[in-house]
Amino acid sequence: MAARKAAAKGKAKPAGKAAAKQLELVAVPAAPARRGKAPPAPTKVAKRPGRGAKAQPEPVVVPVPEPEPAPPPVEKERAPRRRATAEQMAAKQREISISEFFTKNRHLLGFDNPSKALLTTIKEAVDNSLDACEEAGIVPEITVEVRDLGFEGRAQGQTEESAPAPQGAPKNVRGSAAGTRLERAGGSGGAVPPDTKSELTKGEGRFVVVVEDNGPGIVKAQVPKIFGKLLYGSKFHRLKQSRGQQGIGISAAAMYGQLTTGQPIRVTSRIGKGKPAHYFEIQIDTRKNNPVVTKDEALDEWHQEHGTRVELEIVANWQQGQRFVNRYVEHTALANPHCTLHYVRPRQEPLSFPRATEELPKEAVEIRPHPHGVELGALMLMAGDSKSHDVKGFLQTAFSRVSATVADEIVQRAGVRGKVRPRDLAEDRELAERLHKAIGETKIMNPPTNCLSPIGDELMKRGLISFLSVIESEGPEENGDSQLDLDSASKKKVPKRGKGKADHSEAPPPQAPEAPKEDGVENIKGHNYFIATVTRPPKVYRGNPFQVEVGLAYGGSWPADKPVELFRFANRVPLLFQRGACGMTEAVVKTDWRNYLLSQPKGSLPVGPMALLVHIASVWVPFTSEAKEAVAHYPEITREIQLAAQECGRKLASHIRKRQHAQYQAERRSIFELYIQEVARSVGKITGRSPDPIRRDFMRLAEKVTEAELKAQDAKLQDMSEKITKRPRRAEQEETE
Amino acid sequence: MARLDAADKKTIGKIENLAESVLKATKGGKNPFVEIPIRSLANVRWSEKKRLIELGTQRQKRYFFNVSMAKKFMQTFLVSEACKELIDSGKTTSIRDLYYMTKHALGETKQNTFEEQEESDPIIEDLEVAVDSLREELHLFATGRGSMVGPLTIRDSGDTIDLRRMGSGGWSVPSIVEEHVVQIGKSEAKYVLLVEKDAVWKRFNEDKYWQREKCIIITGQGQPPRGVRRLVQRMHSELKLPVYVLVDNDPWGFYIYSVLKQGSINLAYESMRMAVPDARFVGLSSFDKLTFKLPANVAIKMNDQDNSRAKQMLAYPWFQAKRWQQEIEEMVKSGVKFELEALSRRGISFITEEYLPKKLKDRDWLE
Repeated sequence: MAARKAAAKGKAKPAGKAAAKQLELVAVPAAPARRGKAPPAPTKVAKRPGRGAKAQPEPVVVPVPEPEPAPPPVEKERAPRRRATAEQMAAKQREISISEFFTKNRHLLGFDNPSKALLTTIKEAVDNSLDACEEAGIVPEITVEVRDLGFEGRAQGQTEESAPAPQGAPKNVRGSAAGTRLERAGGSGGAVPPDTKSELTKGEGRFVVVVEDNGPGIVKAQVPKIFGKLLYGSKFHRLKQSRGQQGIGISAAAMYGQLTTGQPIRVTSRIGKGKPAHYFEIQIDTRKNNPVVTKDEALDEWHQEHGTRVELEIVANWQQGQRFVNRYVEHTALANPHCTLHYVRPRQEPLSFPRATEELPKEAVEIRPHPHGVELGALMLMAGDSKSHDVKGFLQTAFSRVSATVADEIVQRAGVRGKVRPRDLAEDRELAERLHKAIGETKIMNPPTNCLSPIGDELMKRGLISFLSVIESEGPEENGDSQLDLDSASKKKVPKRGKGKADHSEAPPPQAPEAPKEDGVENIKGHNYFIATVTRPPKVYRGNPFQVEVGLAYGGSWPADKPVELFRFANRVPLLFQRGACGMTEAVVKTDWRNYLLSQPKGSLPVGPMALLVHIASVWVPFTSEAKEAVAHYPEITREIQLAAQECGRKLASHIRKRQHAQYQAERRSIFELYIQEVARSVGKITGRSPDPIRRDFMRLAEKVTEAELKAQDAKLQDMSEKITKRPRRAEQEETE
Repeated sequence: MARLDAADKKTIGKIENLAESVLKATKGGKNPFVEIPIRSLANVRWSEKKRLIELGTQRQKRYFFNVSMAKKFMQTFLVSEACKELIDSGKTTSIRDLYYMTKHALGETKQNTFEEQEESDPIIEDLEVAVDSLREELHLFATGRGSMVGPLTIRDSGDTIDLRRMGSGGWSVPSIVEEHVVQIGKSEAKYVLLVEKDAVWKRFNEDKYWQREKCIIITGQGQPPRGVRRLVQRMHSELKLPVYVLVDNDPWGFYIYSVLKQGSINLAYESMRMAVPDARFVGLSSFDKLTFKLPANVAIKMNDQDNSRAKQMLAYPWFQAKRWQQEIEEMVKSGVKFELEALSRRGISFITEEYLPKKLKDRDWLE
């Protein structure tokens, strides 16, 4: 709720400020929304005469600037006058630029309110950095920095860091100064001014977000378009697994900054050693959706050999937004074990997530679309663009998995006779429809799946381990919710004892001391976690290949009486919002975790000391909105997630059983040992013998009896697990064929 | 070392055998166990011939290396050891004392061998049946209860006691009344009267009923303890005295009579020594309210518990006699019960001067 309130405030305040300067934001009349529709027919009259009969008549109709949907004035006469002619209305009808549209609808892009905007800004920049590094084949090292301008201003009383940061004068120095500051990240981090009692900005205020990578850099000519034009990007037109899709994100962030603070986005980029780095300040002409470069300088010196640094000044709410950012950062580190991530926060020790592997993920290959995923209109469009001579050739070149034989079959089935050029297809709707139908009926090999780049079992595990290490060592922050993250790391120690399944954590030795270390159990900062990961084979939905991965970490210091943590990822990007609306959540909820010895209230996440990671990698992840917050409910995807979850669940169940077994064993051993002392003494006294040999005999026997009994117990457990796995196995069978 | 009589030696031998069997099993690589006859309703049977409740033949094995039995196994041997020590030193103690003797912490833990006396009492009974020795033979006794007066001389631990001169309180019946402790001497009594309630017994004593009627009056203050039951049984068998029982007219009173007559389920193994199958129920009968014109306002309404208990008793094999069925059915039908004190409505000594004499004269009793 608080966030919503902030949103309302956030919109009102900065908009007023920004509107004053900056490329004045024109209130776009809503009329153009009706563009394309014929002007209202002359007979159409306002039809709400009965309502509010007492309202005074308003005789004069202001023709032009009146917004369209204003309630029609009520008149006494039955037949109201026409209020506007088609011509008058036509005058109001004009094109809307995409930037204008998003200026008004920023929530679609994740800039609903200042706390969320902070996260979205960081997220867009980091996603771009990671995509660029991976495509270029560079092991990424990314620094995320958030600076509280208000706080720094108060703390230092200097102007250097405050509002309009680059004054132009300290140009060369600027970049490197910032660079060295970042390199010092292990120290005071620059954002932690010593000996100050200043408070961080409460609520919303001005913040600078800096994201810097060691990527390939951007060539000078492209920088303005990439950062200053919405829907400009490299990823939209190809089918390839990447984080970004549409080319909206970073420019939208730039626009948000411009709207709220009036400051341009500042970009420094260098494409290689020996090449100069370029520093830009870019604004967006929101009406034309075009970049306006307000500063363009070559820097003689820059601390990165190659890479890009993006700085945005935005109105944000750190107090409320930091938990989103914290979670985003830690989850990004988790899903990208090949990336080193530095995280510099105001008034806090900087954090570093070192990479868990030097190896870059497998390169995602670009593929052609699969015929089963294409829709009729798209098919016609593609046919029109085709350079092939005939339909067969068109099918073979435009789509993946269409061999000559398959193309023949399709053509025959569609009843295409004689020589038909693809261009004819584009014009003959009836023919195209037949072809489309034929494609649907033809069995075509699934699309190639080498285009996907999953995290992989092993790396997912390593990612989880290093994630847990940082979480375990992280401490004090005051405003954690019940999340298992940086925020609540300090609080976790409290619920550890006592409630719920606490007997796990309270059992004297968490693991029977002599029990061999179990497979999958990792000791992280004194806590034992069981980690299981599953990568499913690639599958297809609507012609798009996708692959699902599920990982879980169980145990440790996590509370046993809370619902499990669900970490959702799409193409390695953490999804932090709209959990309930997400297809991934649905799949996890629909899985019956009680089979795997967790409790699960009906229709909700299972309960237990566990974090569950779900990752979907696809050339086209079906998000429910442009903000990419939730994945759509495709049955194919849901099913894959369930299968992966079940596979992980089986591993988990076997772990829990082993643990129960070990506990049981330890328990009975200690019982017997205690009692043996007593019985040996008593029996010795009654029979007049020394108790020691009796005790030794008892011990030996106890060992033997225990073993035999445990074997019986194991057999019983085995039985049980066979019963449990029956159902999922069947599901899998029908799946694999 | 105190003198050990033959009985004590036999008991010690049994305890030693129990321990030896454990050692033998252990040497043979077998899970050691103690075999204990089951003391539950399922394992008692009504012997029509002996008119006693007898322990059945079902036995349970209490294994050492079984998580659910290990503790009880251990406790059984702690009690065994303590009993052997008692017998060896010629001392006798209460079962509460034994609980404290055997209670101690287990190793370094916070667990104890016994947490409550409720834990150790059944273990003692288990041991009694396991080694087939009576509690007295294990040198244990429960808290004593009960008073007795009458024209009888006894010897208790060497002291001669004239039960004709016990004042208003009477002689308090000890817990162990075996031959080696209590010897029954000269008596002019013609019968024994067991009264359920102490207050009613006091009326009989104050009215010198026993003097007048030449009888022994004894009370167990509710359900008679083992000492009272054993003593009644001994007087019945040694002095050949008939035994009359006077209890409340409610299911609980009937049950007291029933336990005295044929033994209880829990102590079925002692029925032989405790039960008096010839005991006679003189009152209060469900029909006395008519015979003795008791007004309705001295009746107490039966509660649900009473009703269900009464119905259970209707099914007991030892209540199958026709008159007993009528007796209980009448109680259930009328839905009321009477206390012995209800008779005082007819006069303070009505019970001693009119009620009981008339009952005995009319031979109006049940068997």
